[in-house]
Parts: sequence; C-alpha cells; structure tokens
Amino acid sequence: MDELCSLPSGGAPPCISERERSIVTAGRSRTAIHCTDDSLAGSVSQRACVFCGARVVLNPVTDAVHLVHGPIGCASYTWDIRGSLSSGSEMFRNSFSTDMKERDVIFGGEKKLAACIDEIVEEHHPPAIFVYATCVSGMIGDDIVAVCNAASRRHATEVIPVESSGFISGNKVVGYRAAALALMRLITPKEGETVEKTRKLNFLGEYNLSGEMWLARRYLTEMGIGINVAFTGDSTVADLKRAPGACLNIVQCTGSMHWVAMQLEKEFGTPYMDVNFFGAENTAESLKKIARFYADEAVMERTEALIARETARIAPDLAWYRERLAGKRAAIYVGGAYKAVALIRQLRGLGMEIVLTGTQTGKKEEYATISGLLDEGAIVVDDTNPAEIERFLREMKVDVMAGGVKERVLATKLGVGFVDHNHDRKECLAGFDGAVHFAREVYTSACSPVWKHIRPFGGA
Amino acid sequence: MMADHGNVRQVNENQCQQCMPLGGVIALRGVAGSMAVIHGSQGCSTYMRLTCVNHYNEPVDIASSSLNEKQTIHGGEANLKKALDNVRRVYNPSVIGVLTTCLAETMGEDLDRIIRDYTDERGLDGVEIVAVPTPSYGGSHTEGYWAATKAVIARFARPTEPHWRINVIVPHVSPADLREIKRILSLMGLEYILLPDYSMTLDRPYAEQYSKIPEGGTTAADIAAMPGALLTIQFGETCPDRLSPGLWLEQEYGVPLVTLPLPAGVEACDRLMKVLQKVTGREMPDVLSNERGWLLDAMADAHKYNSEGRPVIYGEPETVCALTRVCLENGAYPAVIASGSHEGRLDGHLAPLLAAVEGEAPVVLEGTDFAAIEAAALRAGANIAVGNSGGKFFTERHGIIVVRAGFPVHDRIGGQRILTVGYAGTLALLDRITNTLLEQKHGSYRRLRRDEMMGTTVSGGV
Repeated sequence: MDELCSLPSGGAPPCISERERSIVTAGRSRTAIHCTDDSLAGSVSQRACVFCGARVVLNPVTDAVHLVHGPIGCASYTWDIRGSLSSGSEMFRNSFSTDMKERDVIFGGEKKLAACIDEIVEEHHPPAIFVYATCVSGMIGDDIVAVCNAASRRHATEVIPVESSGFISGNKVVGYRAAALALMRLITPKEGETVEKTRKLNFLGEYNLSGEMWLARRYLTEMGIGINVAFTGDSTVADLKRAPGACLNIVQCTGSMHWVAMQLEKEFGTPYMDVNFFGAENTAESLKKIARFYADEAVMERTEALIARETARIAPDLAWYRERLAGKRAAIYVGGAYKAVALIRQLRGLGMEIVLTGTQTGKKEEYATISGLLDEGAIVVDDTNPAEIERFLREMKVDVMAGGVKERVLATKLGVGFVDHNHDRKECLAGFDGAVHFAREVYTSACSPVWKHIRPFGGA
Repeated sequence: MMADHGNVRQVNENQCQQCMPLGGVIALRGVAGSMAVIHGSQGCSTYMRLTCVNHYNEPVDIASSSLNEKQTIHGGEANLKKALDNVRRVYNPSVIGVLTTCLAETMGEDLDRIIRDYTDERGLDGVEIVAVPTPSYGGSHTEGYWAATKAVIARFARPTEPHWRINVIVPHVSPADLREIKRILSLMGLEYILLPDYSMTLDRPYAEQYSKIPEGGTTAADIAAMPGALLTIQFGETCPDRLSPGLWLEQEYGVPLVTLPLPAGVEACDRLMKVLQKVTGREMPDVLSNERGWLLDAMADAHKYNSEGRPVIYGEPETVCALTRVCLENGAYPAVIASGSHEGRLDGHLAPLLAAVEGEAPVVLEGTDFAAIEAAALRAGANIAVGNSGGKFFTERHGIIVVRAGFPVHDRIGGQRILTVGYAGTLALLDRITNTLLEQKHGSYRRLRRDEMMGTTVSGGV
C-alpha cells in the first residue's frame, strides 16, 4: 500500500501512483500532462458532475424556471449557487425539483415530471422551463425529451430537456455540452421565424457575477458597440432568441462556450473570438481586439481613449498593491483553464511568483499554454485533491492561494491566505475596476495581520 | 392546531432539506478515525463537501467511487474497491463508512457482498468498513444521520459486561451543542459514551496543519461497550423507530432507553437534569443552577418583547421541536412550524405543546418546501424566522429577519458555533431572538407610529 509517486519537484507526496502523470513541472518537463480523463475513484477529486456543469451554465437565464428531475439532493445543492445578478426577473434564483421518491424510481418518473411542469406553468407562466436529467432519471430511462416536447405543445411554451445525468462523466465539461445543446435549441429560430442581423455582439461565457457583464457593457457602449445578449448572464429567454442577430460572438469562458460559438458560426455564419476581461492587460487587449473587428476608425479611437484613461486611473492603486505583494508566492486551483491563465497574468502583474497552477477540467493545449506562462519549477496539476494541495502548499511555501470554496478552508487551515474566485463570488473581479478589486482581495488576505498572530501559544 | 399538509403539489420549490447520504457523512465524522466514501457519481461527494465547508468552515474530505456510464451499466464493484484502496492509501482510516447514493441504489449494488469480498481479498486487518444504504430518494439528511448512527452501533456493539457509564445519543446539532452537552454531563460527574461526537472533528482548533482525519470522535472500543451501559439517553423525540439507535440497543441488548427532547428551553433542560440527578444521585451543581437562574432572569426581562414575536420555525425535526419549545416558553407563539423531512411526526410531538397556545394555532408543515413555508408564513403574519440559511428569502422578499440556527448555515460564518442547548445555550439563542425583534421594532416604530397617528398609511409590521 505504499506506492508513493515521486513529484518532479523532488518531493514524495502521499499521492496515488496513478496520478503521477497528472502532475508536471513547468519548464523542465516536456511530457504532456495527463488530463480530461474521469476522476480516479477514491482520490477525493475537487470536481463536480455533468449535471453541475449544465446547471451553472444555464442557471443565469433569469426568467426561466430550472426544474431538476431527480431526487431532492441535486436540486437542493444547486439552489441559487451563482452570484449572477439580474436586471429584471429573479425567477432563476428559485430551485425546482420533481423530488423523485422510491415509487417514482420503481414506476418511472415521467408522469410526475409532466405534472410538475403543469404546476409550474400554471403558477409562474415562465417563458421557458429547463428540465435537467439527473443520475436517477437517466438511469431508469425516463424519456425527458418526450415529456418536454409534449409539455411544450400542451402549454405553447418552451420546455427544454437538458440531458445532464451525472454519471455520464465526472467531468463538468460534458455538462457544458448538454447546456449548449439546450441553448442551441432555444436559440434556433422556429420555422417561419427570422432574426434580423445587427451590429451588436453576443458575449458568450459571461455570467454577470457581481454585475461583471454590466461593467463590460459600459466599456463597449462607450466604444460604440452594443451587446445583443450575454450567454447567460442577466439574459432572458426573449434576449437569447435574438442571438442569431449578432455580427460577432466574443467568448470568455471557453470551456463552457467554445462549442456554442462554433455552432453559431456554422448555423448563422457569426464569427467568434476569445476575450478575457480578468486583469487590466487582458481587458485592454480584448477591447482592442473587439474594436479591430468592427474596423471603424471612430470605434478604435474611443477604445484607445478608454483604455488610456482607465489604465491611468487604476495605475496608482495597482502600484500601491504591487509594492506590498511583490515577491509573495501564489498558488492557483480553479475549475477552468481560461480563469487559470487570467489569474497567472494578474498575480504576476502584482509582482507575485506563481508556484502552482491547476484546474479541474483543463485540456492538453490549455495546459501547454499554462506551462509556457509559468517559471521553471512551478507545479502544474490536473484534477488534484486535498492531500496533494496540502503537500503543495507546504512544500512550495505558498503565501496566498486563489481558488474556490473547497480550497478556501484547506488554505486557511494551513495559515495560507486565500482569494475566492468561485462562481458565487460577491466581488466584481472583471475589467479595470475588477483588476483593482482583485488586487485588494489578494492584499487583504496575503497581508492580513492575522497571519502574524495565529500561531500556537508560546510559538515563535 | 391547524394541520396543513400542503402536499397536494407535486413540484418541490426551494428545498427545505438536503439528501440522505449527507447526514451519514456528518454522523460518521463523529466516529474516531473514520472516512466516508460515497458510492455514486463524482458530483454527490463534491456537493456534500461544499455544504459541509460552508456550514462548518472546516475541510471535510469525502471520497467518491466516481461512477461513470460504463460502471452504471456493468456495476460499480471495481470502482468501489479502487476507491477503498485509494482511501486507505492516502488517509489510512480505521473506519470507512460507505454511503450509497440514489444512483448506486437504483443500480442495485449489493454493497454487503462487495465489501465482504473486498475484506476477504485484501485480508483487511485494522480497518472496519460500515455500509449504510442512503438513497437520496429514501429521505432527507436527517434520516441519513440516524441511519448511519444506527449502522455504526450495529457494526461495533458487542455483548459487554454491565458497567456504570451511560450512552448518550444525539441528533444532528452543532459542535458547540455537543460540547455543551458534554460539559453538562461532566459537571454532573457522569461517565458517558457520546455518539456521534463530532465536536472536535467538525470544529478544529487552529494548529498550523491540516489533519486528513482529524482527531476526535467516539472510539470503536467505546461504541463496542454501549450494550453494557446503565441506560441510553437519546435526544430524539422525532427519530423514527426503524432508524432509532437507542431503540435498537434496547431491543438487542436490553439497555433501557430514555428518550428526551433536545435540551433547549427551561422545561426540556429541567427534564434532562432530573434524569441525570436520578442516575447520579447528585444535586445540580452551582454552575448549572446559576445558569438556569440567569436564563429565568433573562426570560422575565425579555418577555414583553418576545410576546410580539410571531416566528416561522423550520429545519430538521428535532431542531424544530427544540426551537419551538424555546419560542413557546417565551410567549413568542409560532405562526408556522415546518420541516422538509416527512418522518419527524411533528404533528404528534407538537400537539401537547401547542395545546396551551392562546390565539391562532400555528400551521404545521412536514415534508414541505420553502415555497409552501413562505406562503404560510405570510398568511399567518410571521414577523421573525428561526432556522437555517434556506429562509433567506423571508428577509430578501419580505423583510422578515432570520435568526440562524440549525443546518445548513451557508451565508453567515460560524454555523459550527451556534449554541442552542443547555440553560446557557437557550439563553444565547433567546437573546438573539429577542434582539432581532427589538432591532426590527426600533428600526421602524417611529415611522409606523407617525403614519398610524397622522393617518398617512395603514401599516402592519412589528
């Protein structure tokens, strides 16, 4: 039972030998990281499931009802878990479940599902209902597609199946695809319907956490560019149906939305480009890229002016934080690679050294990008677990970690500062203002006086 | 009492419960050297970890057999065995609790057989594996908690020579509540076996390190000795008989069972003290009688304010009964009493307590959701809520402030420290309730009186 793997960094962490290929060292190692596989049983992965992936992508559609077809747990754990803000309806913050019981598992849950849809329509009249399949409803073979289609006809409203049975994969990315299919079904015009093309763009993979989409919209408006609809932050069903009318799709969370962007290009001929609004540099680059697409002198000028003004405005603040954070050692463990890349650039911009970067769902190419950004000797890890994180935080002498909720308590247990970058965050971390908020978040944790005080009694 | 079983609806809107295996995870944390393995798909364990992290502010590692499509069709045996191997390798637990999910149960996994084979194949020594069926469709986290506690006792209990310790079996309360119960027992000079005891595992002192399996919890040796105890005190009025650990000990080993309500409120605390006095032959120590006196003094000081409270109380059945007792004793007659669990037999347990309510009887809801609770609370004119974070919409939508108690508390810090039991815990809870009522009153009475006297608007409110 003592098959310990050897870390490329020279340590011998108590990790599982089968995970050896999921941990590499930047610079020295040329071997590609092992990733995108199912989580190893018993490894205590930080990953969620297919259903979770689908739910987080679709949840910010504000006026839709999200109905989870399964036993109670799946719905109750995902009730209002996103920090997405809405300018109108708050319907999305409710959690609906068919609450399958033993008899439904034995006799099938289709009738109950239909009855639940009827009740929801009668009480709330939503413009759309997303119906999520879970492990059990998928396993017993409930035909949610048929039930949804029948309900759509019965009520003349959108009832959209999301095939997100958790067991399909331990990888959330598979759930992103289920959500994407549901979105495409909603977006695609029905026979006889047409959507006028406009000069506006769609913002894909932007969930309006703490109003981040609104901030980006302010920039774009100033540049003279309108947002047609964001997927799915602060969107409504009616907004989404106008999606084919955009002239460009910009993609932020690539993991959840690249496939949708490709579909939109195929179906409606809309081109797409990747953007990233995390960090001042990334924001400036993205705005320029968008402006260039419009090939309009006035737009370009306004963009340059905006970037110059905003960059100058936040520079003193960033310098203040940089002075205090320079030389500190940071670790990153997040869900998707686009966020990891953005965090590396931002932390480095604050003068910090990144000693560990990992993701739950990164792909080979994305890990190559990450490795290329890091200094030699930094650890890159896929689908890690608490035992490994503990080891890395200690061995790499980390001062501050950026990640999600489960990493938070692990870091603080070890006396390591922590920056929350999860999907229910309450701080706006995007754009120029977000860059300052982010620096403040890092500073308030890395430089908190508590680290000087919390030590065992009588300790040095 | 107006029993309103609003269960004509099929759809559950805003859940007032978590799933069954989560309760099992928490109970297992009260067993020394234990680690939980969830037999199901990856997401279940992650969600349960998140819920525990947010409430307890502690890392709670839960392994998963990470079933995917292939195993769902062909059986999850190989994955479960691999999960057990890896968990033993990294965590080196002395007890592994395997909790099933709805997926594993629907697949029809023969857990006992798999674990028997695994134990034989690996020639296991020094690690005990306890299997607990906890399908999500079988009940809420409350039932999962009781099921796991009972399964642990059934696994470890051995015929034992009679001894003078007593068994104390607790429902799902906070680590702070567990510590308070232990303090009371110690002050009475009692030797006891408390199960489950997660007072140190789900609320760790800072130590500059992370223990994969934190120290603490009831030891297997102590659990083995439970059949020889003088008696069992089980704080579990609402525990279903088929899941009752104390009843099992009584039926299998003849250990007399004393069922008591969770000791919150003067009367319930007094009942516990009387039993403890009878067992030990000792008087109540000064510390506790002072605490009792302070509670009474506070109740007298605060009764006018509390009489204005019309609480909506919700959560796990045993917690709900305890919170109801405290509110009733202080003249804050509940508007609504509700639980997401449908197995607590709340109607029956509450009937004698509610008989004394003057004025409109509270609405009692079981197996319910927050949509139903919210509607009932508004109809009944509730002006304060007592329960977990699920009641956040009472405040957001209607300005009814929630005094957070029970589980889960994920939008405030310190869920692990919420104290509600004992005379001291009751007083801590009561002060929070009273002050919430005062805060609302002082925050609005000038405007309300002015409007009322000047006839500008017709207002309700506190």
